[in-house]
Amino acid sequence: MSQATLRIQKISAHSGSVPGEGTQREETVCKLIDTTTCIGCKACEVACMEWNDLPFGETVFGNTYQTMPETRWNYWNLILFNEHEREDGSLMWLMRKNQCMHCAEPGCLEACPADGAIVQYTNGIVDFQQDKCIGCGYCITGCPFNIPKFNAETKRVYKCTLCTDRVSEGLEPACIKSCPTGCLHFGTKDDMRELANARAKQLQEHSNFPHAGVYDPPGVGGTGVMYILHDMTNTEAYGGLPSDPHIPWSVKLWKHPLKWLGNVAMVGGLIGLFVHYIRFGPKEDPDHPEEKQTEPPVAPPAGRPPVALPPEGNAGERFQ
Amino acid sequence: MSDRVSDGMNERVDNRADAQVDDILPNGQIVRYSFRERLMHWINGFAYLYLMFTGLGIWSPWLLWILVVFGGLQISRMLHPWVGLVFAMSLTWMFISWAGQMHTTEADKKWWDAMDHYVRNDDEEMPPAGRYNMGQKLLFWGFVFCGVLLLLSGLVLWLPEYIPWNARALRYAAVLIHPSAALLTIGLFMIHIYMSVFAERGAFNSMIRGDVSQSFAKRYHRLWWERVVGSVSRR
Repeated sequence: MSQATLRIQKISAHSGSVPGEGTQREETVCKLIDTTTCIGCKACEVACMEWNDLPFGETVFGNTYQTMPETRWNYWNLILFNEHEREDGSLMWLMRKNQCMHCAEPGCLEACPADGAIVQYTNGIVDFQQDKCIGCGYCITGCPFNIPKFNAETKRVYKCTLCTDRVSEGLEPACIKSCPTGCLHFGTKDDMRELANARAKQLQEHSNFPHAGVYDPPGVGGTGVMYILHDMTNTEAYGGLPSDPHIPWSVKLWKHPLKWLGNVAMVGGLIGLFVHYIRFGPKEDPDHPEEKQTEPPVAPPAGRPPVALPPEGNAGERFQ
Repeated sequence: MSDRVSDGMNERVDNRADAQVDDILPNGQIVRYSFRERLMHWINGFAYLYLMFTGLGIWSPWLLWILVVFGGLQISRMLHPWVGLVFAMSLTWMFISWAGQMHTTEADKKWWDAMDHYVRNDDEEMPPAGRYNMGQKLLFWGFVFCGVLLLLSGLVLWLPEYIPWNARALRYAAVLIHPSAALLTIGLFMIHIYMSVFAERGAFNSMIRGDVSQSFAKRYHRLWWERVVGSVSRR
């Protein structure tokens, strides 16, 4: 929520150029979550609540260790617990820390109609500016991960900021700092990718997870939060992690072809009507008061037939 | 009506406020729209203007300047749905009042086929139209059709937090349907304003004071004019 020390490379619903685009050589930051070493302790959930000073809400018991069914406007970081049966019949926990993925091509920002309500800093963090938010909820529609949440009291939408206030001061996000197993890492995207690939290789070669891999979906341009998963072929098992997330096609259709088509059609329509008016003019109505003449014209204009005069009578007098 | 007197030819009314649709006033003007019709039209019209302008401001950041006079983005977002309800209710009122007169007739088909003359202002060439011509009927049905789409998609957009993740397809459809239907109405609206304010003199006044001249009725709605004059003289 603080943009004082960070430059902006993408702005929602902005008609001009973007001030920070390409002006900084700062590298993209990234959070790496190793689901294979997460123990579900929820220290990150608490740290998030603490640092961001979020008001407490009721937890919801759903027959698992999960705190509540999904993230809330005041609960940005939630570990999803999933019991998974493996092929050999044995059980394992799939625990995934769910939060904003900080997409390189954010669907929320794409869908947002309020100038500056959603920004992406040059370090890749996607941040909501609630003072500019109009509460339309289009970001909820644009997000493929079901992350932005509406606050009915303030009529604004909230989500994880990747602790941009900490990151801009050179600190790691609060969740990273709290993790006791070291399953959370923070650094540049390049460093995290290298670390993640090495860990995935280790899982494939030494831990009998042949489908282990790194979740960095290209459909949204890659994400500022990457996962190491035991099984990349079954991402849905991790609490509905979409295998190929992308901005909904209806949002893309609405924001690009429809917008241009609509604008061209509206301007074209105005021009067309104006041209029609100067070409054909208003429809002539000889009895209309403005066209009624009290005396016949001295001489009809050359090249035009004389104007047919209306019959005498009271037809044109205004009713008082 | 005690103050309505018949002079044999025309039904005359002394007080304009009591005039009914299809009455002929003492000065020969024909009453085209009753006060109730004009009132519901203008409730709908002003609601539409607000919805169109605020909608355009939310539609594109290039049109954000429009919202300066409407109090900005946040107020517009807050009021747009409520004014939308006023629009939907007044449109329903119009539908109940006018739908019966909006069925396509054989005369309408002939009129529509001769559209080219109408566009070129060769009104003498036009086949006679009834109380409403085919263009007006299409405008009516266009607004009713788009109005239904706008209301349904608008409700989804209004309260996104009540649409669960599993029903997100509703939201995906709404963000596409709402602007598409709105654009269609803007096209209809532009033609409507052009015809009623700029092209057909006397049309705008018919929605303000309610009456049109005999020549207007004869020229643009001949079948209606014949019916009115015929029915009045038969009385």
